[in-house]
Order: sequence, then C-alpha cells, then structure tokens
Amino acid sequence: MKALLLRDLRLAVRAGGGFGLSLAFFLIVTVLVPFAVGPEADTLSRIGPGVLWVGALLATLLSLDRQFALDHEDGALPLIATSPLPLEAVALAKAVAHWLTTGLPLTLAAAPLGILLNLEGASFPWLVLTLALGTPALSVIGTFGAALTVGIKRGGLLLSLLVLPLYVPTLIFGAEAARRGAMGLEVATPLLMLAGITLGALALLPFAAGAVLRINLR
Amino acid sequence: MTLELGKYASEVLSAYGVSLALLVGLSGWSWRRYRRVKAEMERVERGRDG
Amino acid sequence: MSIWEYANPKKFIATTAPVIPWAFGGAILCIVVGLIWGFFLTPDADRFGSTVKIIYLHVPSAMIAINGWIMMLVASLIWLIRRHHVSALAAKAAAPVGMVMTLIALWTGAVWGQPMWGTWWAWDPRLTSFLILFLFYLGYVALWEAIPDPDQAADLTSVLCLVGSVFALLSRYAVYFWNQGLHQGATLSMDSEQHIADVFWVPLVVCIAGFILLFVALVLMRTGTEIRLRRLRALERQAQRAAA
Repeated sequence: MKALLLRDLRLAVRAGGGFGLSLAFFLIVTVLVPFAVGPEADTLSRIGPGVLWVGALLATLLSLDRQFALDHEDGALPLIATSPLPLEAVALAKAVAHWLTTGLPLTLAAAPLGILLNLEGASFPWLVLTLALGTPALSVIGTFGAALTVGIKRGGLLLSLLVLPLYVPTLIFGAEAARRGAMGLEVATPLLMLAGITLGALALLPFAAGAVLRINLR
Repeated sequence: MTLELGKYASEVLSAYGVSLALLVGLSGWSWRRYRRVKAEMERVERGRDG
Repeated sequence: MSIWEYANPKKFIATTAPVIPWAFGGAILCIVVGLIWGFFLTPDADRFGSTVKIIYLHVPSAMIAINGWIMMLVASLIWLIRRHHVSALAAKAAAPVGMVMTLIALWTGAVWGQPMWGTWWAWDPRLTSFLILFLFYLGYVALWEAIPDPDQAADLTSVLCLVGSVFALLSRYAVYFWNQGLHQGATLSMDSEQHIADVFWVPLVVCIAGFILLFVALVLMRTGTEIRLRRLRALERQAQRAAA
C-alpha cells in the first residue's frame, strides 16, 4: 500500500502528471471572479470564502479522472488488482495520494489567494481549517466517482455529473463554517458535521470504491 | 360550473399545462415503447418456432 | 409460493401484463377525476387564492418523486443481494418516472412560489433538496446510459444508488441547517387538526391515488419493456453466433 502510494505520488509530481494543473486552475478561477462580480472590496471579502471553496472543489474535480484512467489505459490496473493488496486499500491509497497532490496544495494555496479576494484577517484561519478538514472528503468521494466511471470512454463529464451532487453536503458545511468563522459566529456545529462527513467518507467509501472497481475489472 | 381563477390564472394554468404535458409525454413514450418492443418480441418468438 | 417467484422474468411478465391496463386505466381515471374535481369544484383558499389548485399536482408528484427513489433503493439492494435481474431492471425503469415527477414538483412549486413568496425560486430547504434529488436522478440515468454491458451497469448504478441515498439524506440535513425555509410544513398528516380542510383533502387523496397508480403502471410497463429488450438482444446474439 505504501509502495502504491509512493508510486502514485511520484507519477503525479513527474512532468505531465497534472500536479500543478489543479493549482493553476484554482488560481485562474479566483482571478476570474472579481472580473465577473466587480472589484468592490466589500463584496469580494463577503463572498470570498465561498468562492475559494467552490474553486477548490472544482479544482479537485478536474484532477479526478486521471486517478484510475491512466492505470486503466496502460493496463496497470488489472496488475494492481491481482496483487495481494485488497482493492479497498488500493482505493484508499489512491484517495490519499490524490489528497496529498491536490487537496493539501489547494488548502495551502487558499490563504495567498484569499488576499486577492480582500479577505479579512479573521477569515484566513477558518478558511484554511475548513479546507483542511473538507478536502479529504472531496478526494475520497471523488475516488469513488472515478472508480465508478473507470471503464467508460470519455467519462470525464459523466464523472462530474455523478460526483458534484455528492459534494453538496461537504460544500455546505465547509463553506458555512468558513463564513461563520469569518463573521465571528458559532462554528462548532458545521465544523463537527464537516469533520464527521470526512471521517465517515474515509471509513466507508473505500469499500464502495473497491466494490465498483471489482465490478469494472470483471 | 363557472370558473373564476382571479389574478392567479396564468400561474395556475401554466402549472397544470406543463405538468399535464410532462405526464402525458412520459406515459405516451412509455406506452408506445412497451407496445413496440412487445410486438417485436412476438415477431421474433414466432420466427424461432416456425 | 413466495414473492421471489416474481423474480422470474417470464412469470413477472405473465403476471403484470394483465395488471398494466387496469393500473393505467385506473390512474388516468383517478387523475382526471381528481384534477377536475380539484380544478373546478373546490373553492379558493383565503390565503392562497386560486393558486391552491396547484396542490393537486404539487403534493402527489413530490410524494412519488421521493418514494420513487426509495423504491429504486430497495430494488438496487435486492439486486445486489439476490441478483434478480427483474429487480435491477425495475430500478432502471423507475428512474425516468421519478425524474419527471421531481421536475413537475419543482415546476409547480416555482409557479406557486411566484405569487405567494414573490419569487420564482427561493433557496428554501425543501426546494433545494428537490433540486439535489433531481441531480441525483440525472446522474443515475446518465450512468445507466453510459455503460453498454447490462449486468455491469446494474451493479454500478445500484452502488451509486446506495451511496447517493446516503448523500441525499446528508444533503437534506445540510440544507436545513444552511437555510431556514419559507415552505410550509407537511401538508399531509393523520392528525386532522393539522392537515388541510376536507374540501381540498378529498380530491387531493384521489389525485395521490392516481399518481401512485400511474407510477405503478409506468414502472411495470417499463420493466416489461426492459426485460423484453434484454431477451431480444440475447436472441440476436444467439442468432449471430449460429450464423457464424
């Protein structure tokens, strides 16, 4: 499992692995928003946390279909499946690798991008905290979606259609906690719910992802 | 049977119109497909027996 | 004699074929009677004016939209556990019906909300939940369409249905947390103190019965179609192999 994790990390960092792509996408989305809604500092700082959450979510989505598709194309996936490692663990390793290469950098990048959106000082820690709590859930849910669509040609669009509704609760609690934190309101409930979703998804979804991988490899 | 919908006539009528159109469309589509596939099935079964 | 006998496709078709016209006819009868009754013969409500007539479409379609998904969930579970093809095909057959019902509920809700709340769309928890439910239906149908192998498609959509149900439920709670709504509470309640007046209640029940019958008829019909289509495809393959 560790070997698979390291292999995926190496593949992602290598040129053409798409490591920087989602970060660049995140940057561009954040830069485009002021063009669309206008440069007023008040508006931007009010919608900032939500915009960064949506941006991070879309950037996560962008890199999902590479997860299994590349291994599927070059025939590595059946080989991985025949290894003694259960497919559930494979799915978990893939999700962790995905989070380390997209979720974590996105979380770290959110703070500097927040400056572009005129975020107030109090917003930053909450934004980074909620993203750190929420992006693992996005990665695991996305891994399930990628496993579901691995056999489908040009499944990228379908993958988005399937995964985006699944992202709704994570987005609501994450963005809500970031918003409330920025305004100095009570944040315990959304934070706990967000953490709960992440832990629940981490615990259960690798099994679902493993099951659909097995079906897809049959 | 006088009908006075008052100022909300357009809302009520459009709700009914669109909903009924959707229901009729769905039913008609399902029914036509059901009949077509059933006929096709019977044709094939006859061909196999004969 | 057990219920699993109907899992045999032949038996299923033989049993349901005579039921379909009756259910379909009954559905049309109930819906026509209920809607005419509701549309022409009920008074306007104080608060709603004539828009109260929308309830005869809004409530039944919303009920079927939710219960249709639950039926798909049960059918998916049966498929995953007992591998009865009829069950998987019934889930496939129900999805477009549920999707259209969700669309009707959303449309009638929007049209009703416009004069009552002064807006076509409010990010009210109930409305938002239905929009999310619609997205789930959309993804489910799209996944069925995308996979050529029927057994694989049945497996994958079933898992999606299970996972989707959990997340749909989560979304519901998230949405309630996120925004308190404009929408009134449940219309239907066994407690007669709470539910709406009898003049509206009786035609509404007739409409609900009609929608339920319509759902049953359409699902049986579409399941029959799917079973036959599968058999046709199998026969085709057989003929090709014989020719080769």
